[in-house]
Amino acid sequence: MRFGSIIKVALRALMRNTMRSILTALGIIIGVGAVIAMVSIGNGAKAQVEAQVASLGQNVITVFSGSMSSGGMRGGWGSSPSLTIEDAEAIEREVTGIVGVSPEVRDRNQVLANGLNWNTSVNGESPDYPDIRSWKISSGAMFSDQDVRSVAKVCVIGKTVADQLFANSDPVGQTLRIRNIPFKVLGVLDSKGFNLFGQDQDDAVLVPYTSHMKRLSRRSYISSILIQAASADVIDKVQKDITEVLTQRRKGREPDFTVRNQVELAQTATATTQTMTLLLAAIASVSLLVGGIGIMNIMLVSVTERTREIGIRLAIGAHGSDVLMQFLIEATILSSLGGVIGILLGIGSSQLVSHLNGWPVLVSTASVVIAFVFSAAVGMFFGFYPARKAAQLDPIDALRYE
Amino acid sequence: MPPVVKIEDIHKIYDSGEVPVHAVRGVTLEIERGDFVALMGASGSGKSTLMNLLGCLDRPTRGRYLLDGIDVSQLDRNALADIRNQKLGFVFQGFNLLARTTALENVELPMLYGARKFTTKQIRERAMHCLDIVGLSPRFDHFPSQLSGGQQQRVAIARALVNEPQVLLADEPTGNLDTRTSAEVMGVFQKLNDEGITIVMVTHELDIAHFCKRNLILRDGVMVRDEAVSNRSFAASELEKLSSAEAAAKLTGAKS
Ligand SMILES: Nc1ncnc2c1ncn2[C@@H]1O[C@H](COP(=O)(O)OP(=O)(O)O)[C@@H](O)[C@H]1O
Ligand SMILES: [Mg+2]
Repeated sequence: MRFGSIIKVALRALMRNTMRSILTALGIIIGVGAVIAMVSIGNGAKAQVEAQVASLGQNVITVFSGSMSSGGMRGGWGSSPSLTIEDAEAIEREVTGIVGVSPEVRDRNQVLANGLNWNTSVNGESPDYPDIRSWKISSGAMFSDQDVRSVAKVCVIGKTVADQLFANSDPVGQTLRIRNIPFKVLGVLDSKGFNLFGQDQDDAVLVPYTSHMKRLSRRSYISSILIQAASADVIDKVQKDITEVLTQRRKGREPDFTVRNQVELAQTATATTQTMTLLLAAIASVSLLVGGIGIMNIMLVSVTERTREIGIRLAIGAHGSDVLMQFLIEATILSSLGGVIGILLGIGSSQLVSHLNGWPVLVSTASVVIAFVFSAAVGMFFGFYPARKAAQLDPIDALRYE
Repeated sequence: MPPVVKIEDIHKIYDSGEVPVHAVRGVTLEIERGDFVALMGASGSGKSTLMNLLGCLDRPTRGRYLLDGIDVSQLDRNALADIRNQKLGFVFQGFNLLARTTALENVELPMLYGARKFTTKQIRERAMHCLDIVGLSPRFDHFPSQLSGGQQQRVAIARALVNEPQVLLADEPTGNLDTRTSAEVMGVFQKLNDEGITIVMVTHELDIAHFCKRNLILRDGVMVRDEAVSNRSFAASELEKLSSAEAAAKLTGAKS
């Protein structure tokens, strides 16, 4: 039988029991709708995390002081002071495949300018820092190696600090007081927004790490070292070499540092997203299973109800395969219509959630296509048994069926 | 020309129940092209069983069946379906039209399943032509529920004709109809037979059997009589007789 006629017959049969068809498809509709909505929300969150990870910079390796496995005590990264400037210099000297190194010291301070004050993060860094983080300077310039060597009282400020303290004037060339020490503003950084942990990255003042250690915090240890590898290909080797250099410098002492690369950080950050994706897949398969069983149930009822019709078709020359196709297509149309309605419902509700809660949502074409294909496949799979039952009917028995 | 139907010592034993039922016990029969046969017999004598065998809806337990020269006793399910579609036309006692499907679409149905491919336009035209033969073309868009029993049976006949079958098979086609409509349906059969179509029908009414050319009588699965009809009835004159009888009934009814 030709395809057009089969579809016509299937649609007519479904329309004859509109209410029943809708109720049957409801399982698929709700399942697909829920999955599309949650995948869109999850994708939105994931895209945000990925953007934040990317904002860390390209091919960045971080060395934290403190080991993840030191004697059962875990103080968190940067907790026990152990990294030194000499460590950073040794890495720069001995490890190949590095394009930038920045020792980091950080603390929070009250900064003053123009009679205003602002509590912000004051970060001691090297001149390589903006390049490592792919962070542009919007006006002025970064401090230099000379400034680091001379422990200069200079700084580069983030967008938020600039807005707070120099609202109406160009900060470059003006002076800022940290712990009552005047620092000359050399440049202003571009806006970078919030990081993975929800902190405003623009709320910071960068000073040479030497200046931070000698003039402000008076620490002899640094809290971390940022290193940029030349390319993604060498990142593993560079990471290994760094670990080797630092271990050698510690000669037999237990390692008191942790080396992480950006990919690992991203993995940690997206681990929850992956758990959620798995959970979604589980919900999706359960709801599709339930929806599919509903379809199988109704198709079995439909085959029984239409036994006489099947008998007539067989008697006038339909092959078993014609009858099989007819019921299979009916089940597939039912489930894929459910899928389409579910997809629309899912997109609609995720847009609503994004509108109400301000969450980022991302409806991916892939999830829509997969949802459609799966719902159609569910109809085919669960429609097969009833359809085969119909196709195997004996024409005489079917005709005699009351 | 060989006979269109030739069965040789055909048997049918139903094995499904507790005791096997030997419903047809060695029937041998030849039906020539253009014949018009009535198969008669008491209830349970095996008429429907024999018709199902002739109609390729069922396979004989034993014996040979040559339809239009082809041995169909051993064909598989799909091959039998193609034979039913191309060489046979069916008319049932209960009409067996698809509900909620128009008269025209019911008639189109066999063409949708056939091996022969028609265009949509051809399908429509052929179906319309067959409805015209049975005098129902004005009602082509009616649903079975909107048609009388006689009209439904005529749609079923149109459906049976649409693939130009070798043999038209009808199992008690007038069983659900009153005398007048029965005569009308027999009129349609006689017209088709005059145009050369071979017809085999089951009936248990002697008057209906008299519309045919040849009467077969079956008893307990065995063919006990095979004779030509001598005093044949013709639909036109029978209908006329019925009309005058009705008119007379009305006249007397009005007087009393
Ligand atoms: N499917 C079947 N299974 C078992 N026995 C059957 C079946 N169909 C018919 N019979 C039996 O076969 C015999 C002939 O039946 P049938 O051909 O229907 O007779 P008729 O049409 O002349 O009334 C009956 O005894 C009937 O009970
Ligand atoms: Mg019978």
